[in-house]
Amino acid sequence: MSRKLELIVLAIVLIFAVQFIYMSSTTDAEYGGADGEAKDMINEITDGYEPIANPIWEPPSGEIESLLFGLQAAIGAGIIGYFFGYYKAKKNYENELGYKEKNKSEGDKHSL
Amino acid sequence: MHIMEGYLPTFWCLAWFAVSIPMILYGIYKMNKLVNEKREILPLLAVAGAFIFVLSSLKLPSVNGSCSHPTGTGIAAIIFGPAISAVLGTIVLIYQALFLAHGGLTTLGANVFSMGIIGPVVAYLIYKAGMKANLNFYLVVFLATAFGDWATYVTTSVQLALAYPAGNVLTFAGFMSMFGKFAGIFAFTQVPIAIMEGAVSALLFKYVVNVKSDILIEMKVLEDAVVRKLRGISA
Repeated sequence: MSRKLELIVLAIVLIFAVQFIYMSSTTDAEYGGADGEAKDMINEITDGYEPIANPIWEPPSGEIESLLFGLQAAIGAGIIGYFFGYYKAKKNYENELGYKEKNKSEGDKHSL
Repeated sequence: MHIMEGYLPTFWCLAWFAVSIPMILYGIYKMNKLVNEKREILPLLAVAGAFIFVLSSLKLPSVNGSCSHPTGTGIAAIIFGPAISAVLGTIVLIYQALFLAHGGLTTLGANVFSMGIIGPVVAYLIYKAGMKANLNFYLVVFLATAFGDWATYVTTSVQLALAYPAGNVLTFAGFMSMFGKFAGIFAFTQVPIAIMEGAVSALLFKYVVNVKSDILIEMKVLEDAVVRKLRGISA
């Protein structure tokens, strides 16, 4: 299988990583969330904005927050990996071992 | 792109809910219909939802020294269309609003509109146009998902500029002035992140084409001939 697309994606990720290392070592960027910056902007133009509602529950600390973000990513990655593995194995059985009902005769011929 | 809990005036909260809810209901209706008719697409639906889950949890540092995350909605939009993507996006946004205090329940309508509706609609339209123009499939996926991501953040900037125009009264000049400022925060941060999202989405599609291309043909995402050509190249 050609790996051209993988190489292109890898190159893009590397450019991104190099850019990040360069930026974080040459500037004093804080790397805060863009959501928070928008909030500050709203506070600025309205002279201290009073939110009309507050979150029902907030993660008690940054550590807990990263735990929940990590959990979110892990659940998603698990589902993707599970189904790709399932599809891949299924395709393998159908094509190479002739497991599929309607291809059975073809599969038998193959194995003989 | 989350507008934080409480940071939209009541009028705009209700307005965005009014716009988003019909789309979500239509999406739920379409999703039920699809799952009842074609049970075999269920795993792919789960994968598309999980992809949004993963990508929207990755907070990436960007060139201007702030962090933001991709949306991941492009894949769902390409395979299932914008309505079903709106439902998947809503699920992710509810998780983040409840457990992470990112976004909120009052601003859910606005956040669903930007991430669950406009992003997927833009991605879907670019995908259809690109395939019609006979461009390379992976390039089209890249463009569709990257611009879908970007459209989400431009929409968030529009929403905030509408609610907080300069001078506190909604005029065109006041809107444009604040739109520029919010877009400077969101859309600019998002440029490199959208490129990454596009690249990763194209890669994911390569594997879908490899292991489950029959579903893509059945869902009318790709034509038979295109799949043959793609697999010929990657085989």
